[in-house]
Amino acid sequence: MSREISVDYLARVEGEGALYLAIDGDKVTDLRFRIFEPPRFFEAFLRGRNYLEAPDITARICGICPVAYQTSSANAMEDWLGVELEPGVKQLRHLMYLGEWIESHCLHVYMLHAPDFLGYQSGIHMAKDHPEAVTRGLRLKAAGNRLMQLLGGREIHPVNFRVGGFYRAFEKAELAALTHELEWGREAAAETVDWVSGFPFPDIEIDYEFVALRHSDEYAIVEGRIVSSTGLDLAVSDWPAYFAEEHVEWSNALHARRIGGGSYQVGPMARYNLNFEQLHPAARAAAVGAGIAGGTRNPFRSIQVRSVELVHAFATALELIDAYQPPSAPYRVGSVAAGTGHGASEAPRGLLYHRYQLDGEGTIVDARIVPPTSQNQLRIEDDLRLMVPSLVQLPDDELKWRLEQAIRNYDPCISCATHFLDLRVERHVSR
Amino acid sequence: MAAKLAVWKFASCDGCQLSLLDCEEELLTVAAAVDFAYFPEASRAEDPGPYDLSLVEGSITTRHDAERIRKVREMSRYLVTIGACATSGGIQALRNGADIAEFISTVYASPQFIDTLASSTPISDHVKVDFQLRGCPINKYQLLEVIGAFLADRRPNISSHSVCVECKDRGTPCVMVADGIPCLGPITHAGCGAICPAYRRGCYGCFGPADTVNLPSLKNWWHRLGVSETDITRALRTFNVNAPEFAEGSAKRVP
Repeated sequence: MSREISVDYLARVEGEGALYLAIDGDKVTDLRFRIFEPPRFFEAFLRGRNYLEAPDITARICGICPVAYQTSSANAMEDWLGVELEPGVKQLRHLMYLGEWIESHCLHVYMLHAPDFLGYQSGIHMAKDHPEAVTRGLRLKAAGNRLMQLLGGREIHPVNFRVGGFYRAFEKAELAALTHELEWGREAAAETVDWVSGFPFPDIEIDYEFVALRHSDEYAIVEGRIVSSTGLDLAVSDWPAYFAEEHVEWSNALHARRIGGGSYQVGPMARYNLNFEQLHPAARAAAVGAGIAGGTRNPFRSIQVRSVELVHAFATALELIDAYQPPSAPYRVGSVAAGTGHGASEAPRGLLYHRYQLDGEGTIVDARIVPPTSQNQLRIEDDLRLMVPSLVQLPDDELKWRLEQAIRNYDPCISCATHFLDLRVERHVSR
Repeated sequence: MAAKLAVWKFASCDGCQLSLLDCEEELLTVAAAVDFAYFPEASRAEDPGPYDLSLVEGSITTRHDAERIRKVREMSRYLVTIGACATSGGIQALRNGADIAEFISTVYASPQFIDTLASSTPISDHVKVDFQLRGCPINKYQLLEVIGAFLADRRPNISSHSVCVECKDRGTPCVMVADGIPCLGPITHAGCGAICPAYRRGCYGCFGPADTVNLPSLKNWWHRLGVSETDITRALRTFNVNAPEFAEGSAKRVP
């Protein structure tokens, strides 16, 4: 007797992916998280381009997190050029990144992930019964977009980002105009933590290796060193010495793993568990209320973690605006010479690593880009393998939905990872 | 009965369909007026069609997708492409004319696993398209206009003049004349609201060519500002590289 389940296109994720699962009794015999998003070959056509083009070109890898691509690529170029950013420019970079975090986290928490917990096909379906929550979520999301519109010119593929800084800087009054909405957002984000904390969470704890950036002075987003829950503490340029990507037949996204080791997790859970003490006090207070202040290894609770990070983002944005001092110039230039630059930042979904090799004219000779979803891909497969045995008694439709939810715990961005979901389960019952 | 809307993805970054979810203030109003019958980025619900309006994001880069777009056309009363990928082939059209085997092996360790076409082509190369909305990314207010227009059976009110007109509307002094900053505004299709010049940089052409393009004149201007032929070619070879007017002016590959 055999049982086959198929979901051919995973919904509510960014991009195209699928899952194939074969079960014998309650044992998983095969599990493949497939990314069939067509390859677009960014690393290939970056060769021959000028270094100043990298932020605009790599932004197009992902419409959900363009600021992450712009930041990691600019970090790499500024590393190569030896350019140190002015404090005011650093504040603007941080503020713009928080805008993207707010937009992306609100999209995932309210429109993509919450419907799983409350049993709706989409956020739009959910809005009929939960109009207050969805309206709050959309207004929060709009607040993030407003930050990006101001600082970047537009929310998707912002135009103001430049290697060395920005094309134009801002007066303090321009930023202060956002304060009122951000103050509302800080309170509404705390309400979001309370709202999602009432959701039903499956009882599961997984022993993850978490990997994230850490910064001496702040909850690392824009820059930092690479640290892990097993004690790694690395310069960004050491990424290739400790991690490797492999190409498997069933996926157009490369699978990253620890060299000599297995899967690991990047993203909100990793940042939260590694750097909890550096969260804004308002975010830590919200975490206490949510009952996860000691950290959490339950992947379904990632929706609470994202919500706590939202509180952090709004509270930190307000402080940045308050402390902002306009820079003397919008950008700095460095001296071009043949060399290599490494850059990383914390995209909403996790660590995003870029490396560029450049010639003496500033032309890109070689590029390497490792998005968060390629790093989480192997870990997602491991999570599903662990969860399936306790779920096999569920009817096909429910099993399918629960596995989709487990994948959405990671907010996978498949468009990024393809350098991703149809879900198919095959059951064989051996007697 | 509410009109059925479908949103399809081909090779793309998801940004243009995100524009619909970025209509935070309008989304629930739109959802009350139309049925999001197929929109996998936002919903698990799948209505098998047919659909009144299909919004198509992304370009055609695989044999499978070349087949899939034909089925989408058959199921759709109107088909509108959204964004530079669907309308001109997108930045991934930089592969066109290049050595695709070399491209694959640059990124992937096992090229034999990769199934891709040698070129990235716009949707209109494969099926009849009822309207093409420009931009990398599209402007969300233009998207709302297009959805409204097709559901009301009228022509979308979308201007096809150049970005220059939008700078004049906005009151932005010309960055090329006043500051000597090279700008693609004179040959680029309007729609963004002339953001770049308002942020002290030249337009980089992400909406593709305007209706009438005088490329030789623009090149003269850029030469006078000291821009090399290589850099002009690079500027034209980005998100709309496969649009005929931009492709002609940059026939040579970037070295």
